Amino acid sequence: MLSRIAESLYWIGRYVERAEDTSRILDVHLNLLLEDPWAPEDVVCASLMSAMGREVVEPAAAADVLDALAWDRSTPASVLGALGAARENARRSREVVSAELWESINVTWHEASRPGRRAHPHAFLTWVRERSAAFNGTADATLSHDDAWHFLVLGRSIERADMTARLAAARALAGTAGPSWVTLLQSCGAYQAFLRSARGAVNDARSIEFLLLDPLFPRTLMSALVEAERCLDELGTRHAHVDRGQGSEAHRVLGMIRSELQFTPTVELLDDIYHVMERVQAACSAASDAIARRYFPRGVITSWKAS
Amino acid sequence: MADLFDDYARGEAWDEMIAADGSVRAPYRVLHDSIQRSGAQELRAGVDTLARAYLDQGVTFDIGGEERPFPLDIVPRVIDDGTWQTIELGVRQRVRALEAFLADVYGPCRLVSDGVIPRRVITSSRHFQRAAYGIEPPNGVRVHVSGIDLIRDEAGTFRVLEDNVRVPSGVSYVLANRSAMRQQWTDVLGKVRLRPVSHYPQRLLAALVAAAPSGVTDPCIVVLTPGVYNSAYFEHAWLARAMGVELVEGRDLVCSGGVVRMRDTSGERRVDVIYRRVDDEFLDPVQFRSDSMLGCPGLLTAARAGNVTIANAVGNGVADDKLIYSYLPDFVRYYLREEPVLPNVDTWRLEEPGALEEVLDRLGELVLKPVDGAGGKGLVIGPAAGKDELVALRERVIADPRGWIAQPVVQLSTVPTLSGDTIAPRHVDLRPFAVNDGNDVWVLPGGLTRVALVAGSLVVNSSQGGGSKDTWVLAGERRPVVDARSAAAAERRERAPMAKLDSSAEDTMQQQQQQQQQQQSGGAAC
Repeated sequence: MLSRIAESLYWIGRYVERAEDTSRILDVHLNLLLEDPWAPEDVVCASLMSAMGREVVEPAAAADVLDALAWDRSTPASVLGALGAARENARRSREVVSAELWESINVTWHEASRPGRRAHPHAFLTWVRERSAAFNGTADATLSHDDAWHFLVLGRSIERADMTARLAAARALAGTAGPSWVTLLQSCGAYQAFLRSARGAVNDARSIEFLLLDPLFPRTLMSALVEAERCLDELGTRHAHVDRGQGSEAHRVLGMIRSELQFTPTVELLDDIYHVMERVQAACSAASDAIARRYFPRGVITSWKAS
Repeated sequence: MADLFDDYARGEAWDEMIAADGSVRAPYRVLHDSIQRSGAQELRAGVDTLARAYLDQGVTFDIGGEERPFPLDIVPRVIDDGTWQTIELGVRQRVRALEAFLADVYGPCRLVSDGVIPRRVITSSRHFQRAAYGIEPPNGVRVHVSGIDLIRDEAGTFRVLEDNVRVPSGVSYVLANRSAMRQQWTDVLGKVRLRPVSHYPQRLLAALVAAAPSGVTDPCIVVLTPGVYNSAYFEHAWLARAMGVELVEGRDLVCSGGVVRMRDTSGERRVDVIYRRVDDEFLDPVQFRSDSMLGCPGLLTAARAGNVTIANAVGNGVADDKLIYSYLPDFVRYYLREEPVLPNVDTWRLEEPGALEEVLDRLGELVLKPVDGAGGKGLVIGPAAGKDELVALRERVIADPRGWIAQPVVQLSTVPTLSGDTIAPRHVDLRPFAVNDGNDVWVLPGGLTRVALVAGSLVVNSSQGGGSKDTWVLAGERRPVVDARSAAAAERRERAPMAKLDSSAEDTMQQQQQQQQQQQSGGAAC
């Protein structure tokens, strides 16, 4: 397939996942502020902003956070921006993306940018999650599980790993003043699954362990990394004949960080969680670059100047 | 400007929002302002949203086979910090007294020999279970969960109306109400801070773990439900999910050799604690109703052998008996050597000399209740009853004075409630839930406020036209978090913010191309 199309699919996967993850995170944190009388608004907001790689302007308030992370159209780092960016990418690859899938993305974008959405952030964020589920379901059911599909899932998995790592790092940074690990599990929709697996023994260490390492729940860091590696494997075997000498770079980076998580004793992991999570983010970024170099090569843009 | 409160007709009852002089009581001020700003239409729209949300989530109950959303009024009830502390204290005291009473009744029965209560009052109670005699719960707790129904009288005093220490239900509505209402009152909740209610499942779980048979470190806990056709099934499933434990029916359990096990795919797994939502009579066909299919034969034997804990304990119903309720203040003094914090409603015991005659004379102005009627069943409100009804009542009371108590009509307090397009006072009660883990009795802040949606009605049960309100307990002073906060801020300053989110390189390039593509098509049109 065309590199340009593959790249689009990869980024559709990332942006849709980003919209969903950001909605989950925002929704849970904003609810926390309404629910817990003692939650320090500025700390919670600041930790959220820093998790998303934004400058923290103190004192941070919930409304500013919503503006920046939900409504800002100018950057694909917000919910609305990510939906827009996903749609742009889908538009560029309409011949590969199934009509149903394109429609799903397009409808989402138009609905999301309707004025009046801002009045009900909770309803909006819930709806984005539903749309993302509809997108993923439609993709699963209407695309051949070929290269295009693998690029889509690869993007989704890398984004998911990156988001979970950011969330965990931000929590480690905010310390006890920040949102609890339970809040984080809720952000990933993992709380009930965790409760069932932990059989009631809820404590910080077990929550972190679940969020990072559980191999069965699909939104944990470990699951996301394993899924990304699986996609790289698939793509690698299909493209073995055109190895450009950097074929397994992305796989190597992800595999290394996955092994670090898997084989470091949990106690050590928990002690140094911020740095480990930083390394995970760096690995995701590096893997993303390596994938681009390998599969999405671009020509050098030449511009002609009259002298 | 049309004021929503213009036609607000304060009755003789205590109104929780509007004081006698027409001013707004302090805890309600922010809420009152917000209601005034939003107006009836917006509130109506809010009610529709709430109803739809409940239907979507399955927070429903059945009326004649039809699924209806559990009615939730949009105006919450607000309780200030100080008032709440009194309620909390009173409920905890009440639960401790009930525990002591139950331990005594199913044990040495000191209270009879000390003359606190006649033995026949206990043994004639329909829910006194001889089969429970001598069963010692592992951590001494029989009332793991209780719902103490409170009302607020004309003077604004909270009084206990009845105790529910069998299988009190409704707590899921408290949490569901809160999460639904949070979205409706975001403006108010930005200004006032409420005590959270969401820890309830964790508290309950901790209490159940603490109640496990001795020597069991990682107990297997289950919720026992009568099944999907039970009206409170939603709550059973919700509790099991929120605690992360199995929801079982009687047929999933098997008792042998004094041990309870449940059938699962990998064989039989031993069960240590059963949080049962099945009534005593149906729990164990060996001991109680032999035709019951909802329980499991041998359960009580296993409990007696100390191999499983049943929560709440079997036989608790004796404390729910309304005649025994009238002795509760004496129990508080006898067992705890304290004065009751929350008074009872005055009650006539019809077997005491002269009481029956007095009550029969004044039948038309009193409330008569059957002693074992839960949920307002069989209750007759004298002033609202017809002549025939009173005649029939008189015969039944004379035939069975032990089966009835009489109380004066108490005007339950009112809270503004949306009714049609206006706000009107409606009567409410309050059911705080308490969880006893053996060390401490914890009271869920607030509890379930039930409201009679019909004007003037004093019956708040949902089966009879009642609804509920979210109950807000205002938080007191914030805990000081300044240290942790500044430390976090300092650390944040030391570190650079995390890396920005990646974005597609193609996106940037595409923007330049887009311009060129547009220019090109523009050129062709000329």
